[in-house]
Amino acid sequence: MTAREGQEELEAQFEQWRRYVLRRRELQPSDVDELEDHLRGSVDELIAAGLSPDEAFLVAVKRMGSLDELSREFAREHSERLWKQLVLTGDPDSPAADTHSRRDMWAMVLCAAGAAVSIKVPELFGLRLADDGAFYARNFTLFALPWLAVFLAWRRQARRPLIGTLVALFGLGAVAANAYPLAEESKSLVLTSIHLPIALWLVVGLAYVADDWRSSRRRMDFIRFTGEWFIYFVLIALGGGVLSLFLFHTFNAIGIIPQEFISQWLLPCGAVAGAVVAGWLVEAKQSVVENIAPVLTRLFTPLFTAALLAFLVAVVWTSHGINVEREALILFDLLLVVVLGLLLYSISARDPLAPTGLFDKLQLALVVSALAIDVLVLLAITGRITDEYGTTPNRAAALGENVILLANLAYSAWLLLRFIRRRTPFAALERWQTGYLPVYAVWAWIVVLLFPPLFSYV
Amino acid sequence: MKVAKDLVAASATPMVLGILAEGESYGYAILRRINELSGGELDWTEGLLYPLLHRLERLGYSESSWQSVAGERRRKYYRITDKGLAELAEQRRQWDTVTDALKEIWLGLGDRRPLTAIPLGCRA
Repeated sequence: MTAREGQEELEAQFEQWRRYVLRRRELQPSDVDELEDHLRGSVDELIAAGLSPDEAFLVAVKRMGSLDELSREFAREHSERLWKQLVLTGDPDSPAADTHSRRDMWAMVLCAAGAAVSIKVPELFGLRLADDGAFYARNFTLFALPWLAVFLAWRRQARRPLIGTLVALFGLGAVAANAYPLAEESKSLVLTSIHLPIALWLVVGLAYVADDWRSSRRRMDFIRFTGEWFIYFVLIALGGGVLSLFLFHTFNAIGIIPQEFISQWLLPCGAVAGAVVAGWLVEAKQSVVENIAPVLTRLFTPLFTAALLAFLVAVVWTSHGINVEREALILFDLLLVVVLGLLLYSISARDPLAPTGLFDKLQLALVVSALAIDVLVLLAITGRITDEYGTTPNRAAALGENVILLANLAYSAWLLLRFIRRRTPFAALERWQTGYLPVYAVWAWIVVLLFPPLFSYV
Repeated sequence: MKVAKDLVAASATPMVLGILAEGESYGYAILRRINELSGGELDWTEGLLYPLLHRLERLGYSESSWQSVAGERRRKYYRITDKGLAELAEQRRQWDTVTDALKEIWLGLGDRRPLTAIPLGCRA
């Protein structure tokens, strides 16, 4: 071996050691730099004493002692590192990342401000939040999600065709929400208010995955993004609620009632801006904080499984048919959505290569019991949906959703079963779920665009 | 003979501050200096040294900066501050008290016969 080769090998060993040490949360890159310098000092000295480079490396690493002990000592001095902190203004040790995250923050502030301003613009044309509730119910997400999409597209430096598609789709959403002559109390108005956000959220997804919209991995990232975004948004909303409570009561105490300010300004502007802020937070903290959605999934999968099984047992035991109320289908749709969510978020956190475990079986039990319940409901309802009440947009939408979710879960159960019996790899389930995303989008757009004319605007 | 762990830990701060008072230095050099001063009897680990250096920095006794001296690697150098010098003086005063007292005892003992157990009063 020549001296040069020895040197190269030594560098490779240092690199390997660095990567190994960096895995420790207690040790930050700057500490590892410092320790590496120490290690190099040791190695140089040992080489000078006559050892070969790799012998010197081995001895030096051995002298440094066990990594466990080292990181324990570091943790004693830097206990805050065990609590991962979200550094909003970037890492002081790397100026490049710092300017990057600063730029992100400014873009977020601009988009959030744009959202907050845009929701007050219709007021200039005489559409007041207090009087034109229907207008705002239909359009609310159109004031928030395009701004979130702008932020995401900007961050990913989206190309022209994608930007064009985004603009066209949001424009289509605006047309669908406002062009049809829907009366204030019409059923289709409610449907549009529910389905437009879903359709638009998947447009945000297009901005999120940007160029890679075919890639299953990127779509899964979007599903992860959705879960975390939702949790952050709920947390922000809770904070906003506390803020408005304090505002109301403190001002109330001095005889000013800020109700109008809170309901007309703080809440709507805060909600649309919060949607953008939540998106930015998820992007900024991606690698900082453990994803929380999969943790909740782990907690609730066993509980939901138990609840559904108990319900099934009770149905069989009492031989009591499910009492199909008018809104029952919607309730059971929501149940399927929850089960699908539990499935999705445990898929999102699962290592695709890990072997099957108890949790997978539990999941199969959850999905199968949800399917069984849903089939019972469908059997009970099919006769009545056509005869008794006739087809209304609400019932058609609820039934359509039920079919879509049922198809998804049934095939998922099949894939899970095959996975548990080691016939298919786990990735098949992941691909099935990510491949199914466009189905939701298509259905949401159908409800928004085609239902009102189909049901003659009732 | 190895110095006991507790004693190593207790003497670590004044030792590092003292070495830094000689001039700015970096981790590996500090460890070598300690080795040299104690004739290899003080068993310092990296796990003791680096967190201690970070603690001294946090307390404001030292400052650090990454520097590259000509012909050498980029290194994190530590420099003692005025506050660190004051702390060193204080620690030194305390250690002097301890070592003086110990010396008195050792000297006194030197005059007498070797240590034997002293019975605790008379058993009844």
